Amino acid sequence: MKRSMFVLFSLLVLASLMLVACGPQATPTPAPVQTQAPTSEEPVATQPPAPVEKTAVIGFTASLTGKYNVESSRQTNGLKLWMDQVNAAGGITLTDGTVVKFDSKFYDDESNKDRVQELYTKLATEDNADFLISPYSSGLTAAAAVIAQQYNKIMITTGAASDSTYQQGYTLVYQAYTPASHYLTGALDLLAKTDPEAKTIAIAYSNDSFSTSVVEALKSYAEGKGYTVAVYEGYDPATTDFSALINKIQASAPDAIMGGGHFQDGSTFAKQVYEKNVTAKMIALLVAPPEPSFAELGDAALGVVGPSQWEPEAAFQPDFGPTGEDFVNSYKAAYGEDPSYHSAGGYVAGLILQKAIETAGSLDPDAIKQALDGMDMTTFYGGIKFDTSADNHGLQIGHDMVYVQWQKDANGNLVKQIVWPESGATAPVLYPIR
Amino acid sequence: MGNIFLASLIDGLLIGFVYGIAAMGLSLIWGVMDVINLAHGPIIALGMFGVFLLFNSIGLNPYISLIIIALVGLLGGMLIYYIAIHRVLTAPPLSTLLATYAVNMIIIGLGTAAFSTTPRNVNFSLGSLGSGMITVQGTRLVAAALSTIITGGLYFFLYRTRPGKNIRAVANNRAAAELMGIPSDRVLALSFGLGTLLAAVAGGLISTFFPFTILAGGAYELKSFVIVVMGGLGNPIGALLGGLILGVMEGLIPLVLPNTWVPVLEFLLFVVILLVRPYGLFGAKK
Amino acid sequence: MKNFKNIGLWVGILAVILIGIWPIMSRNPSSRESTSVILQSIVLAASLNVLLGFTGYVSFGHVVFFGLGGYVGTYLLSAQGWPLWIAAPAGGLASGILAFLLGKAILRLRGAYFALATIGINEAMRAFVNNFGPFGGPIGMTLKFKIYNNYGGANQALWIAYYGVFTLAILAILLNFFVKNSKFGLGLMAIREDEDAAEVMGVATPNAKTWAYVLSAILPGIVGALFFFKNGNIEPGDAFRLNYSIEMLVMVMLGGQGSVLGPVLGAAGYQGLRGTLLTSPIFKNIQLSVAGILLLLIVLFIPAGAVGWLRRRFPRLRRFLP
Repeated sequence: MKRSMFVLFSLLVLASLMLVACGPQATPTPAPVQTQAPTSEEPVATQPPAPVEKTAVIGFTASLTGKYNVESSRQTNGLKLWMDQVNAAGGITLTDGTVVKFDSKFYDDESNKDRVQELYTKLATEDNADFLISPYSSGLTAAAAVIAQQYNKIMITTGAASDSTYQQGYTLVYQAYTPASHYLTGALDLLAKTDPEAKTIAIAYSNDSFSTSVVEALKSYAEGKGYTVAVYEGYDPATTDFSALINKIQASAPDAIMGGGHFQDGSTFAKQVYEKNVTAKMIALLVAPPEPSFAELGDAALGVVGPSQWEPEAAFQPDFGPTGEDFVNSYKAAYGEDPSYHSAGGYVAGLILQKAIETAGSLDPDAIKQALDGMDMTTFYGGIKFDTSADNHGLQIGHDMVYVQWQKDANGNLVKQIVWPESGATAPVLYPIR
Repeated sequence: MGNIFLASLIDGLLIGFVYGIAAMGLSLIWGVMDVINLAHGPIIALGMFGVFLLFNSIGLNPYISLIIIALVGLLGGMLIYYIAIHRVLTAPPLSTLLATYAVNMIIIGLGTAAFSTTPRNVNFSLGSLGSGMITVQGTRLVAAALSTIITGGLYFFLYRTRPGKNIRAVANNRAAAELMGIPSDRVLALSFGLGTLLAAVAGGLISTFFPFTILAGGAYELKSFVIVVMGGLGNPIGALLGGLILGVMEGLIPLVLPNTWVPVLEFLLFVVILLVRPYGLFGAKK
Repeated sequence: MKNFKNIGLWVGILAVILIGIWPIMSRNPSSRESTSVILQSIVLAASLNVLLGFTGYVSFGHVVFFGLGGYVGTYLLSAQGWPLWIAAPAGGLASGILAFLLGKAILRLRGAYFALATIGINEAMRAFVNNFGPFGGPIGMTLKFKIYNNYGGANQALWIAYYGVFTLAILAILLNFFVKNSKFGLGLMAIREDEDAAEVMGVATPNAKTWAYVLSAILPGIVGALFFFKNGNIEPGDAFRLNYSIEMLVMVMLGGQGSVLGPVLGAAGYQGLRGTLLTSPIFKNIQLSVAGILLLLIVLFIPAGAVGWLRRRFPRLRRFLP
C-alpha cells in the first residue's frame, strides 16, 4: 500500500513541478500607455449614434536595460508621443466610419538578440499585435524582421539603418531611417566641396553590422571619387582604448578621419584622437556627434562632424504630421528634454503607420501594404518613400541625412550647427578643425 | 616609422600598469584561497563609479577618492567573503565559482537598475606630455606611477608586515597556520578584502581616462584571467609584469595585424600558457 | 536493453514529454517559442551534465559548441544550400570534432584551470569568427527568407525546428541515462571522485575524458544549428555568449548535477523563472540580481540541487529520480 502511495506522491511532485515550469507564462502587464477600452463591434446602423471604436495594438521590444537603453528609450518616447497625440485627437477614422485608436505592448529585449525573436513571436501571436515596430539597432532589428515576415505582420523599422535587412526577401518590413550606405557619403561630398585638395582619408569603424555597412559604402564611394583610403580598420564595439588604432591613423597622415560606431565608442574615439594631437583636418563620426551630450567632451568635440537622421533646426515643410517646431515643443513638454533623432525616428514610425492606414482607409493588412508601397510624403523628419523592388524591398529612399558640426558660438559655448547639405545649413563648415 | 613603434610601446606599457593592478586582486585571492573571484569585473566597475560619484557630487580629486574607494573595497570584500565564500570554501571548486558569479549577477543587476547603461566619464584631466605622435595623457602617467607604488606597497605588506605574513601562512597551509594561532577565517576575509580593494582601486584609476558603464569591468576581468595565468598565482610582481606584457602586446600587434586579431592572440596565448606553464611565466609565489 | 526496464529512464522521458507536448497539442506559436527555449536549455544542460555532473569537469565555455554548430549549420544552409536534415547534424559533427581536438589539449588541466581554459577557447573562437570571412565576419550571416520555402513555408519550418529540438531533448535524456548506467559512465564518475585513483584502478582517463567531452559537444552543436535556422540570423556576439554558458551551469546546478532528471528540472525551472521575472513589473529591472540571489542561496544551502535534495529527503523515491 505504502509503495503505491509513494509512487503517486512522487508523480504528483513531478507533475506539479512540470506545470509550474511550463504552464502559461505569467501574463505581463500591458504598457503604461492606456487608451479607451474598445467597445464591442456592432454593425454600423444607418444613423450611427456613436462611432464604433477599435484598438489597434502596436507591438515592439525596447532596450530597457543593456547597452542600447539610452537610444532605445528616446525612440520609445517618440513613438509614445505620437500615439498619445493621435489618440487625443480622436484616433483615425476609417472609410467605414470605425475609429481606430492605438495601444502599445512592449517588452525589454535587454539589448540582447536572443530574446528578441521569442518576444516578437509572443507579440505577433499571443498578444495579437496588429503592427510591429522594430527594436533599436540594426542587429536586433535583423532578428525581429524575420519574425514579422514569418507571422505576416507589417513592421516599420526605426533606429535601424543597415541595408542588409532589406535584401533578404522580406515584403512586409519598411525602413524609416536613411539606410547605412548613405550615412557618410554626404560627409565625403562636404569634404570634396570644402577642400578639393584633400586626398587621403582614414576609416576606423566599429565591427558591427550597422557601422560596417556604412563604411563599406563609404569606401567604394571614396575610391570611386579618387580618394586614397590609407587606413581601413574595424575595432571591437566594446573598445575603450584606441591608442593602437590612432597611432596607425596618425602615421598615415590623413586629411580626414571618418567612421565610428555608436555613441560610446564614437565619443571615446573622438576624445582620444584629440588627446593624441592627431592633426586631421576633418573628423566625421557616426551616431555620437549629433547627441547633445557629445558636447561634454569639451574641446575634443569642437569641429567634429556627424550625420544625423534629423535635427531640430531642419526646416522641412511637412505635408503630413506636425512641423519640426511643434514636435520639439510637444516632446519637450512631455519628457522635459530636447528630442534627439532617435526620438524623431520613433515618432515618424508611428506617422508612417498613421498615413498608411489613412490612405488605405481600413486596417486590412494588404491595403495597408499597398499604401506603404505607394507612399511618398514629406514629414517634419524629411521625405518618406520606400523601395519596392524585390531586391531591396522596404529600403528607405526618400530621406537624406543632415550633417552637423560642433562649433563655438559668440559666448564660447559649443553648439551644433547644420553644415550640409548647403540648402539646409545653419552655419558654414569649420575647416580645418586642427 | 620608429615613431609609431615608440608611441605604441609607450601606450602599451602605460596601460599595462593598470592592467597589472586590475589583475593583482584576482591573483591574490586565487593564490591565497584557491577561489577565482568571478565578481572581479563588477567590483572594478564599482570602483569606477565610486570615483565618478565622488568627483561629480563633491568635486573630490580622483586620487584622493581612491583612498575612500580602497577602504570601501576592503570592507565590501570582507562582507562578500563572509556572506558568499566562507561557507563554500571547502566545497568543490564549482561552488565557489558559482557563488562569486552569483555576486557578480547581483552587483550587475543592482548597478544597471541604479546607474543604467549610459556611459559615464570622469571629466578630469591633467593635460598631456610630449608632442606629435608621442603624446601621453597626464592621467595615464599618474595611473602608471600609482600602480607601481601600489605594487610595491602590496609586496611590502605581504613580506614585511605581520598580517601579510599571516596571509602567506594561511595560503601555504591553512591547518598549520591555525595550529600556530593564526585566526585563518579572519585572515582569509582580509585577503579577499585586499583583493577587492585592489580591483576597486584599479577601477578608480581607469575611470580617470576611459569611459565606463557598470558592464565595463567584464573586459578587464577577462584580461585579468590571462594576466594572472601569465604572471603566476598570488604573485603581485608577476601580475604587474603580466599586465605589462599584455599591454605591450595590445599596443604592438596592431602594427602588423588588424587590431581585431588582438583578442584571438590574447586568448590563444592564454590557453597555451595554461597548457605549457600553468604556474605562470614567473612562477607562483605564496 | 535492461536499461529500458528501469523506471527512472521513463520518468526522465516522461518529464521531457510533459514539457514539450503542450505546444504540439495547442498549436500555439508563442508557447512553442517559449517551450523551445526550455527544451533547448534541457539539451544544453543535459549535455553539460555529462562533462560536469558525471566527469566532474567544470566547463565555463560550453556555449562554444552551440555557437560553432550554429555557424557551421547556417553556413551549409546558406552558402552551400544543403538541406536542414544534413546541415544540422553537420553542425553537431563539427562541434564533436572541435571537442575531440580541444579535449586532447586541455583536458590535461584540472579544476579551475580547465574552467578558465574553456573560457579562453570560447573567447578565442568568438574573436576568430569575428575575423573569418566565410562566416561573415562581424556582420555574421543571414538566411534569405525564401529558404523557408524548401520546408513548406515559414510556419512549417518553425514547427520542423521545434520537433527537432523536442527529439534532441529526448535524445539528451537517453544519452545521460545510458552513459550513467554504463561501464563508461562508471569510469567517468570514478574520475570525478578521484582522478588519480581512477587511473590507478585501470580507467583509461585521457580517452574517457575526451569521449565525455565529445559526447557533451555533439547535441549542443545540432541544437545550435536548429536555433539559428529558426532565427534566420547569426552573429559572433550571439553565437558565443559567455553568459549563456554560465546559465547552463546554473541550470545543471539548480536541478542537481550528476542526475538525469536534474538538467530537465533545472532548465525548466530556470527558464520559467527568468521568463516570469522579465515580464513582471516589479522584478523587471533587477531580474539579474534576483536570479543571482537565488543562485547564491542554492550554492550555499542546497548544492546538490533539486534532485539531490529530493533524493536525500525521500530515499524511497530514488528509483524515480534518476
